[in-house]
Amino acid sequence: MSTGMPVVVDDPVTQRFRVHRSAMTSPDIHRAEIERIFAKSWLYVGHESEIPKPGDFVRRPVAGRPVFMVRGVETGNVNVFHNTCTHRGALVCRQDSGNSKVFQCFYHAWTFDSEGRLKGVPDRDAYAGGVNFDELGLKRVERVQSYRGFVFASFDPDIVDLPTYLAGAKDYIDLIVDGCGGSVEIIRGTNQYSFGANWKLLVENSIDGYHAESTHDTYFKYLMSIGTDLRGGVSGRAVDLGNGHAVIEYSSPWGRPIAKWEPLFGEDARAEIARLRSDLVARHGEQRAHTMAEVNRNMLIYPNLIINDIMAVTVRTFYPPAPDAVDVTAWELAPVNELASLRQRRLDSFLTFLGPGGFATPDDLEALESCQQGFASGGVEWNDISRGMGRSPMANDEEQMRAFWRRWQHQMGTAADRAGAQ
Amino acid sequence: MTTAAVAVSRQQVEDFLYAEAALLDAWQLDEWLMQFDEDAKYEVPCNDAPDGDPAHDLMLIDDNYVRLTARVTRLNSRRAHREYPHSRTNHQVFNVRVDGSADAISVTASFTVWRFRAGRSNCYVGRYHYRLRRGDGGFRVALKRVELDMTDLRSVGDVAIIL
Repeated sequence: MSTGMPVVVDDPVTQRFRVHRSAMTSPDIHRAEIERIFAKSWLYVGHESEIPKPGDFVRRPVAGRPVFMVRGVETGNVNVFHNTCTHRGALVCRQDSGNSKVFQCFYHAWTFDSEGRLKGVPDRDAYAGGVNFDELGLKRVERVQSYRGFVFASFDPDIVDLPTYLAGAKDYIDLIVDGCGGSVEIIRGTNQYSFGANWKLLVENSIDGYHAESTHDTYFKYLMSIGTDLRGGVSGRAVDLGNGHAVIEYSSPWGRPIAKWEPLFGEDARAEIARLRSDLVARHGEQRAHTMAEVNRNMLIYPNLIINDIMAVTVRTFYPPAPDAVDVTAWELAPVNELASLRQRRLDSFLTFLGPGGFATPDDLEALESCQQGFASGGVEWNDISRGMGRSPMANDEEQMRAFWRRWQHQMGTAADRAGAQ
Repeated sequence: MTTAAVAVSRQQVEDFLYAEAALLDAWQLDEWLMQFDEDAKYEVPCNDAPDGDPAHDLMLIDDNYVRLTARVTRLNSRRAHREYPHSRTNHQVFNVRVDGSADAISVTASFTVWRFRAGRSNCYVGRYHYRLRRGDGGFRVALKRVELDMTDLRSVGDVAIIL
């Protein structure tokens, strides 16, 4: 029942945008998010480059549910299955990655192929009328679609198709993939870490231009110490991409492996990076090449996928097992067939800032946990997310977060009302 | 180049590792860094790729001397928010094995690193791989590689401390 008091208050008259802190702390809201958001969105599963050959597979949770993604041996299709035996439930894929033609449940040895068909049941004569092999294949996740190699799944059979869902985010995926020469891959090695705060704080943080200078002072000092010219600063704009997706795009004070040289890359990289840039100009024209080479992008694909094309490209997804807990999984994305020297620099560039051992990510985690701890203090009921309302939104404003919150409020409906009586 | 390497005893190496652990636990990072040669590396592979090669694979940490120095500078400042105030740590080293047959000394050891901060406790478990050189009156570090046994970092959150 509606109390008529939504937790997100978007007031165009006073140009104030506020989010009630119960959105980050309430177990009821968290439960509703699992049903209304994570069960009703397209969620990132993985990248097709992780399973290039027939029978290649990876397993991982999607929205906390164990699934696995396998390239079918016969069709070559990317199949995403619920990781559970149709007999009595055990996991049928019990390795994180590998190659296999068959997936056998070890419990009673029911055996499935890479297309999900049930192929073997021991002692099948014991079943009156026989085993219905057609009905007992692995259960596919309800919807699976890819865009430019990014594989998404949805547990909602009625969801709009993926391109419609992605809306304006499609163009930015194109920009990133085409900027990498049209074909990208996930680099081996995964960041799997966790923190103790609400997941929506990581959404905000991943696309927050405002915090960079204050929170990441030690990173900028490091860049300056190796001779990086920071005078250009971080300036740019925020764009609402529709359906809750949003991006900030801004000038790059740091180097970009494609294609902005900086001292970290070394003198001998200057010529290679200049060549990469002129290739982009030849293929895409000066305007688009400039956007690919010198402009950073931090993009949210609603609700829980971040693709940040900054000093390197990171793909990051996350899921909240509780209102104050988040499991993060992150990868590095790179062009296929990249020159070894450029790949090395890209890896290097990633690590200066990103990841649980980088110079920035740990401080972000500290900030998010600090917010969550602050919420417990009470006294202050609302977060203010009004920055930049009433002007053309800049990259260090908060319009991109408002785009997320508006979509969140819409999906949550009355489930995100504040409790009526205090 | 020293020739006819003087035999290295495990006890000498253990003493060196214990002293290093004590410097880290005391947050005497400048002194800790002084044990590293200027071509040294400090590496931590990802949990799912413990054999990770920093030339091809994503690492958690792949510091050359410049970045290692920056890491120390950062942790000494008051602006490394995850580590200000600092955690209390206890670096424990054991199962030390030494191969001193070559000019560079190879050492493997097991470790646990306990980290306590703001009421929370985390434990890192894994294996150290060192390449040590004989220096003035002791050893110099050419490589410290830290391979984690935990399958992921979910229980510890991050690697903001030096392992």
